[in-house]
Amino acid sequence: MAEEGQQHPIKIYLWIWLLLFVVSFFSYMVDYLHFQGMLRWTLILIFMFVKAGFIVAIFMHMKWERLALKIAIMGPPVAILVLIWLMSFEGLYVEDTRVEYYGESTFEPQAPPHH
Amino acid sequence: MSEAVLGSGGEIEAPGTKGVTDDFSRDKQVFGVPWGKAMMWIFLLSDTFIFSCFLVSYMKVRISTTDPWPIPSEVFALSFGGDPIPLILIAIMTFILITSSGTMAMAVNMGYRKDLNKTFWLMVATAILGASFVGMQAFEWTKLIVEEGVRPWSNPMGAAQFGSSFFMITGFHGMHVSAGVIYLLVVAFRVKTGFYERRDGNYEIVEIAGLYWHFVDLVWVFIFAFFYLW
Repeated sequence: MAEEGQQHPIKIYLWIWLLLFVVSFFSYMVDYLHFQGMLRWTLILIFMFVKAGFIVAIFMHMKWERLALKIAIMGPPVAILVLIWLMSFEGLYVEDTRVEYYGESTFEPQAPPHH
Repeated sequence: MSEAVLGSGGEIEAPGTKGVTDDFSRDKQVFGVPWGKAMMWIFLLSDTFIFSCFLVSYMKVRISTTDPWPIPSEVFALSFGGDPIPLILIAIMTFILITSSGTMAMAVNMGYRKDLNKTFWLMVATAILGASFVGMQAFEWTKLIVEEGVRPWSNPMGAAQFGSSFFMITGFHGMHVSAGVIYLLVVAFRVKTGFYERRDGNYEIVEIAGLYWHFVDLVWVFIFAFFYLW
């Protein structure tokens, strides 16, 4: 084991592969079936985290690594949540000031040409 | 985690946080993986932050613009003679990338089994799928620029920030895929010509290349969710 590195039964990979296909199909269906609002965002996030989790855990073998490596690699990205939190506040604030000083948008969107 | 795990240093990992303390405090390699793999993980961690910065700034400009955001489902629709199918090219690209991730995982497995012929061909298959992904992306960019008039500074369908976010995020991702294709081909041909066999007969390099490739797929999962579906 020590010399051979990460060796696991092929069956695991095939199952995860299949699962990734199915979950991707589901997330495409979210758009295709025109789910909107909270339902749409919840489903998108769930499918995204399921896919990301399986890729990291199985395909990238994180599941079988030592806890020290898991913490060192997957701990720091948690800080990004703070950035997301700050920037969403900042974004809302900027939008408010834009509406206040420049008024509401007068942009008239055109449909994409293939319609 | 109650079972003891052997690291490549051969030390048994103590269960739970005691193992972590042990690994970090003892006079030995911390992670129990080859240095190349630890370095690839740390590179990927830094890359995670780069892509996060892009995606967070995309979120920020999308929140702060007062103009309506173009609807990706319509912008990226494609017609095969009949009615346009929403997001179809993006869906196909997603499936291609997942397929390539699967072939890569198999290549890593075959590498450790010393089945070099299969490793080579699976890696070549992965690279071909990656190249076709980049090709489809080039097609998508062309269509967006030429037919739909999307520019980094404006577009007819809504907020100007759409173009800059799109070109920046997918462009950077496409660059990663292109680099990955070259990386995979180099490693694949070295496997084929016996380069690693002559060195030390160790195929960890295939797993390290695989880590990079899976990461590219991972980033796409996030781009697909936040840019195309949101």
